[in-house]
This record gives sequence, C-alpha cells and structure tokens, in this order.
Amino acid sequence: MHFFLFLLGIPFLFILLVPILYKLFNPRVHIGWFVLAAPVILFVHLFRFLPEVRSGSVPVFTVPWIPSLGMNLTATVDGLSLLFGLLITGMGALVILYSVYYMSKTRDALHNFYIYLLLFMGAMLGVVFSDHLLVLYVFWELTSIASFLLIAFWYERKTSRAGALKALLITVSGGFSMLAGFIILGMISGTASIREIIAQAGELRGDPLFVPAMVLILVGAFAKSAQFPFSIWLPDAMEAPTPISAYLHSATMVKAGLYLVARLTPVFGGTALWFWLVSGAGIVTLLYGSITAVKQADLKALLAYSTVSQLGLIMSLLGIGSLAWLYENEALASAFAVAMFAGIFHLFNHSVFKGSLFMTVGIIDHETGTRDIRRLGGLMNVMPVTFTVALIGAFSMAGLPPFGGFLSKEMFFEGTLKTSAVADFGLDAFGAVFPAFALAASVFTFVYCMIFVFKTFAGKYRPETFKRKIHEAPPGMLIPALLLAAVTVLVFFFPDVPAEWILRPASLAAVPASVGRFGEISAWHGFSPPLLMTAGVVLAGVLLYRTLEKWSPLYRHYPQKFTLNAIYVWMLEQYESLSRTLTDRYMTGSARHYLMYIFLFFILGVGGFLLASGGLGADLANDAPIGLFDAVVVVSIILAALTAAMTNNRITAIVALSVAGYMVVILFVIFRAPDLALTQMVVETVTTVLFLLCFYHLPQLEKRMEKPKFKLTNFLTAAGVGLVVTLFTLAAFDHKLFKPITAFFENSYELAGAKNIVNAIIVDFRGFDTLLEISVLTAAGLGVYTLVRLGMKGRDADETE
Amino acid sequence: MFEVLMIVALSLLSIAILLNIYRAVKGPSGADRVLALDAIGINLIAGSAILSVLLHTHAFLDLILLVGILSFIGTIAFARFVERGVVIERKR
Repeated sequence: MHFFLFLLGIPFLFILLVPILYKLFNPRVHIGWFVLAAPVILFVHLFRFLPEVRSGSVPVFTVPWIPSLGMNLTATVDGLSLLFGLLITGMGALVILYSVYYMSKTRDALHNFYIYLLLFMGAMLGVVFSDHLLVLYVFWELTSIASFLLIAFWYERKTSRAGALKALLITVSGGFSMLAGFIILGMISGTASIREIIAQAGELRGDPLFVPAMVLILVGAFAKSAQFPFSIWLPDAMEAPTPISAYLHSATMVKAGLYLVARLTPVFGGTALWFWLVSGAGIVTLLYGSITAVKQADLKALLAYSTVSQLGLIMSLLGIGSLAWLYENEALASAFAVAMFAGIFHLFNHSVFKGSLFMTVGIIDHETGTRDIRRLGGLMNVMPVTFTVALIGAFSMAGLPPFGGFLSKEMFFEGTLKTSAVADFGLDAFGAVFPAFALAASVFTFVYCMIFVFKTFAGKYRPETFKRKIHEAPPGMLIPALLLAAVTVLVFFFPDVPAEWILRPASLAAVPASVGRFGEISAWHGFSPPLLMTAGVVLAGVLLYRTLEKWSPLYRHYPQKFTLNAIYVWMLEQYESLSRTLTDRYMTGSARHYLMYIFLFFILGVGGFLLASGGLGADLANDAPIGLFDAVVVVSIILAALTAAMTNNRITAIVALSVAGYMVVILFVIFRAPDLALTQMVVETVTTVLFLLCFYHLPQLEKRMEKPKFKLTNFLTAAGVGLVVTLFTLAAFDHKLFKPITAFFENSYELAGAKNIVNAIIVDFRGFDTLLEISVLTAAGLGVYTLVRLGMKGRDADETE
Repeated sequence: MFEVLMIVALSLLSIAILLNIYRAVKGPSGADRVLALDAIGINLIAGSAILSVLLHTHAFLDLILLVGILSFIGTIAFARFVERGVVIERKR
C-alpha cells in the first residue's frame, strides 16, 4: 500500500484508537488533544504536495480493492482535491482544537463525538480524492451517515433527532439519485474512472443517456449542498454541537456537492441544461437563503441560511464558469474561466469566514447560554476578541473591504454581468436575471450580516437577562477563530499567494486546460461596474438595516403553509398516510384475499403468457382413444367433486372426497400403475380418517351446517384457474419437443437388478428424492407429535389458571 | 367372446358404482352414505379383478386385497364415528 493512501486512512485508524484513549485518559486529559494529531499530520503532508501540483503534475496513487470489477482505491491529487483536502484537514484541526474547549469532558460522550468526527473526516477525504465513481459514492454516503450521527449527538433531544432524520432522508435520497447518475455515466462511457471519463467527455455529448445522468447527479449534488429546494435540512442540522456546525455544515460537507459539480464540469460543462440547472439553482438559492436569513432570530439559524445563500452563490459561479467549455474563442473562454476561479475563490473564503463565524456563535452560546438575537446585545465590551472575529467574518461575508470576501464578491458581480453579454442559451433574453438576483441577494446578505454583528454586540448590555456572569471565552476557543479571521484579512492583502499556489490549480481542474491563467485579483480596479454594484449594495443595505423595524414585520405575512419546511412535512405526512391506506387496502389479513391475489396472478401470468406467446391450442389427433370405462370413472370423479363443492353437510363432503380418491385408484388401474394404485388406496383411506378426526374437533359454538355461499368472484377465479391449468396441460401435451427418456429405465433389470421399474427408479435411479421424501414424512410426523403434545400442555396450563 | 363378457361385466359394475355414488350423494342419512361407500369399495375390487383379466396381468392382485382390507377398515371407522362420534378412543 502506498504511503499516501495509508495517510488518507489515518482518520479511520484513529477511530480504532479513540475508545482505548478514552478508557485510559478520560477525564484526566481531554482526548481531543490526541485526535488533533490526525488532521495535523494530514495537513502537513498535503501541504508538501503544493509545489508539485502547482507545476501542473497530477500524482495518482492506486491500491487494488476489487480488481476483477475494475474497482481500485485510486487517489488523484490535483488542484481541486488538494484544495479540498487542505480545507478538510486544516479546518478539521482548528475545529478539533476548538472542540477541546467547547465540549465537556464529563457531560459529553467524547469518544462518540470524536469517532463520528473522524469518520466524517476520513469519508470526506475519500470523497475528494477518489477517482472511481462508485468509491466516491461509498465515501459520499459515509459522510451522510457521519453527519447524521453528529447532528443527533445530543440524542436525548427531540429536535436533534428530527434534524438528523431530515438531513439523512434528504441527503441519502439525493445520494441514491446520484448513484443512478454515476451508473449511467459509467455505462455510457464504459469506465468508472473520473479521469478517463473526462478524457472522453466530448464523445458522451450525443448519447441519449447523457441528460438523465447529468440531472440525476445534479440532484445528488444539490441535495448535499443544500440548494433550493433541498436546502431545508441544513437549518435543522444546527441542532448539532457548534464545532460540528462549523465544520460539516459550513466548511466541508455542504461543499461536497460543489466539489462534485466542479469535478464534473469538464464532462457536462458547456451544455445549456447544465448551465441553467447549476447556475439557475445557485442564483435562486442565493436569493432565497439571503432573504430567509434576515428573519431568523436564532444566530445559528441565521448562519445556516447564510450558508445556504453563499453555497448558492458558489454554485451559480460554477455554472457560469462552465460556459468556458462553450467557446473556442480564447478571450470569451477565459472570461468565463474567471467566473469559475471566482467560485473556487469564494468557496475557500466562505469556508474560512463561515468557520470563524460559527465559532463565535459557539462562544456566545457557551458564555451566555443563549443564541437568541432578541435576548443578546451589548456584548462588545464584555467580549472584545469575539466581537473582533465576528466583525471580520461578517464583513467578509457581506463583501466589504478589507476582507477576503470583498475580492470574491467583486469577481462574482463581474461574472454575473458577463452572462448578460453573451447570446447563447437564451442568455440574451434572461441573462439580466443574474446581475439583478445577485444584487438583491447581496443587499439582503449585507442586512443579515449587520444584524448578526450589531444586534449581538452593539446596543445596551443587560446583564440581568443572562443566567450567568459573562466573560471572554478561554484562549483555546479564541485561537482557532482568530486564526481564521487572520486568514480572512490576509487573503485581502495577499490574494495572490493562495491564488497562485492552490486556487489556480484547483480551477484548472474545472476549465479547459488551454485557458491558462485567470487574470489578476485586485482589490482596486478602477470605477468598474462591480465596484459600483458593491457601493450600491452598501447604501441600500445600510438603508434597509436602519429601517429594519418598519419592514421586517412583512415576513409575518408570508403564509406558513408555503414554506419549504411545511411542504416537506406535508409531503412526509401524505406519503405516510397514503402508503398506510394503500397497505390497509390490500393487506386485509384475510387469507381468502391473499389466495385471490395469488390465483389472479396465476391466471393473468400463466394464461396471459400462453395467450401472448401463442402457445394455446391442442392437436387431439395423437391422443389415445377414450374407453367406456375411462369415461365412467371420470364422470364419477366429476360428480364426486361437484358434490364436495356444493354440499351443505361436511360428512357428505368428506365421503365425496374419498369417493373421488377411490376413483383415482381405478384410473391408476386403467393406466396400468399398480404401485400408484396401492399407495393411493392407503393414503386415501388414512386421509379420510384424518378428515373425520378434524371434523369431530370442530368447536361447538360456531358449528353451523350451512351451505357455502355462492360468490361470483370466487367462482370466476376457480373457473379461471381450472381453465388455465387445462389449457396449459393440453398445450404442453401438444408441444412435446423431444422423445421421453423412459428407454433408459426400461433396462432396469440389467442396470439395477430390478424387475419392478417404478421401484427401481424410486430406490436406485432417483433414490436421492426418496431419501428427502422420507425426511419430509419424518418432519411432518415430528411436527404433528410436537403440536399435539405442546398444544395439550398449553391447554392444560390454561385450564389450571 | 370372453372379452365381450368381461366388458359387459365391467359396464354393469360401472353402472353399479354410479348408482352407489347417487346414494352417497343423496343420503339422506350418514349411514346410507357409508354403506354406499362400502359398496363402491366392493365394486372396485370386482372392477380391478376384471381389469386385471382384461389387461392380462397379475400386478393388480395386491390392490384387490388392499381394497378389501381398507374398505373394511374405512367402513368400521365411519361406523364408529357415526355410532360414538370418535374414531379412536383415548384410553385414560
């Protein structure tokens, strides 16, 4: 096994260690300190790949897993996966450090927490480094499961369980859709390796299954990345511990969908459907998330909707960037490649500032005991460091200088403006949607960022509203948040460092290789339209924030029935009640009905097949002539059977049945089967006696000597079954395809030393069946004995009570 | 000639069986039906014997003996059932 793949397995290795460490050290040492080693080792190691990846080479590591199916654990280290790998491990290290101070050694089940967290980390690394579609899918679902476990970490709370269930239902449903898409993609391309699919991307365009594969995969990516309308699980996932919200639901897991979209852009990019689906879903999500975030009273819910909104922003940029695949023209192609780069850039920025924002919310929650905006206020002087971090993060989110978010927001505006400048895909008609939506969404983003900072930290400090004495957080919680805030600021002043080393190589994975560089990032590029847009956003945002009290009641007029959440709940209830009604309808508990289904299926299946295949029809010419005595016997059997069916007396029915049985004996005689006749005779007699036994034991109370009621459906079903069997037998008799093999058994005297051919077959040629039939008889006998004895005992016990 | 005689006998037996079935179906009492069944058994013995002659075989002679025994047992079982309500009495 290659060393790098071993390293990627480190989180899984640590999972095995955590329970031992917990047993040994808790509560003396917080085991988070040990767990911290895993992401740090990985981060440092991944860092060493930077120069190699920057120079354009793509290291590939393979270890065979199921070689016969072509499934190998192949890790591709290109810019995109390296960026994600660094985010996952870097954020992971900070979050674990934060959680050491956030999670309690005594109250929380730390071993569970870190096992789930490591499981998630390993799975996420698997997602971003996997080259095989199905391996990627395996890790993808593993992230869903780990997220489920983490959201419900405080499982004694009802809301946690509900949130976890909702997240699991939505992301796993999306995952299934994605799996179908992957399988289709693998079918049409003949390989499951992403690199090989990308290499032959051009040939896939014409395939009729190309579009279904694209749509199915996108549904999975949208569900994971909380795009409209799959976004509803993310706000409810805020029931997770805050380090988890910071890690999974802002920086890593929700970006898995973005990763997939960026990764598959070379395959699907440049088609109209892909562009409209990706950037359309993104821009709608952006506006929806930002508008909804404004009305939240819970800080984490606000951040959740802002995450939704920012993910939409990145998604729309990825969609716009995919236009780079459309144009041969170098200038146009590289113009859209810049949008792709902006998407990757904002993805990086968002991970950093959203992580720090979640950490500040965690600190506020931890120190004040509440996250409700209406109860908070005036914390600026009490928690100056937290305030600084929150301010930096929120202003970066709002897209203000001098923070990283400003740069990517400017590039976002530039990208949306460019879409209205081209004439393809109906963009000349609808292209203006993008800048308009982007502008509106940015205003709302600005407003909720202001709410986040000023409603929490500004205003009057009211110590009486809080249960405990409030003070600044311990340094251990502040350090990770401060580090992230520092990165946010540094990115603004030195954007070219991350751009050169990691963001450009990452963008290269999603745009045509010929495009090359992505232009310069600059904080100041003259009075360009994006800058004016930002200025407008700030103006309108300030105005709206000032008048918040006046217009925010408007939100209350929106009918609750039409929120996505209500629709989800309604659908779930409908689904449940519908399936319950349906099941109640056919699972009646009546054996009669089930028999009816079976027989109807038989009639339709066998009869229908006979009709459809044209197998009906019988040639009676080859049949043996019917003798007088045969006819008499058959007529007797028919009469006896009719009597058994129509009598109103059970004794009569039993006698009629045995008459039919004895007539069958005669049939065996006529058709020269002495052994069968003997056996049939004995068995028939014994059966009759058994029937009489049962008859005697019928309960007294409900014994009614009444005629079975005539039911038309029963009659028709019975007649249908009889007809189908008859026709089938006739047809089968008519279609003898080869000679019988009786000639072989006729040598029984030479072969087996037996003159009785039937017995020779039973005990010699096919003795194995006989053995098993003996076993059946034994089992039946034992069963009857057991039933009788245990039944008697049970009855005795009942009587003594 | 002999064969014709056999077939005639067989036909008569068949008619006898049909008549017995009529009795078994019609009733009116359980005892009538049991007797009809017993008579059918006897007719079966005769029918099997005649068929063996017609088919020139010894193979069905076992069957004749068996039908004799079983129709006897069956009739006894029915008779006990009609008389006492049970076929096999439990010894306490």
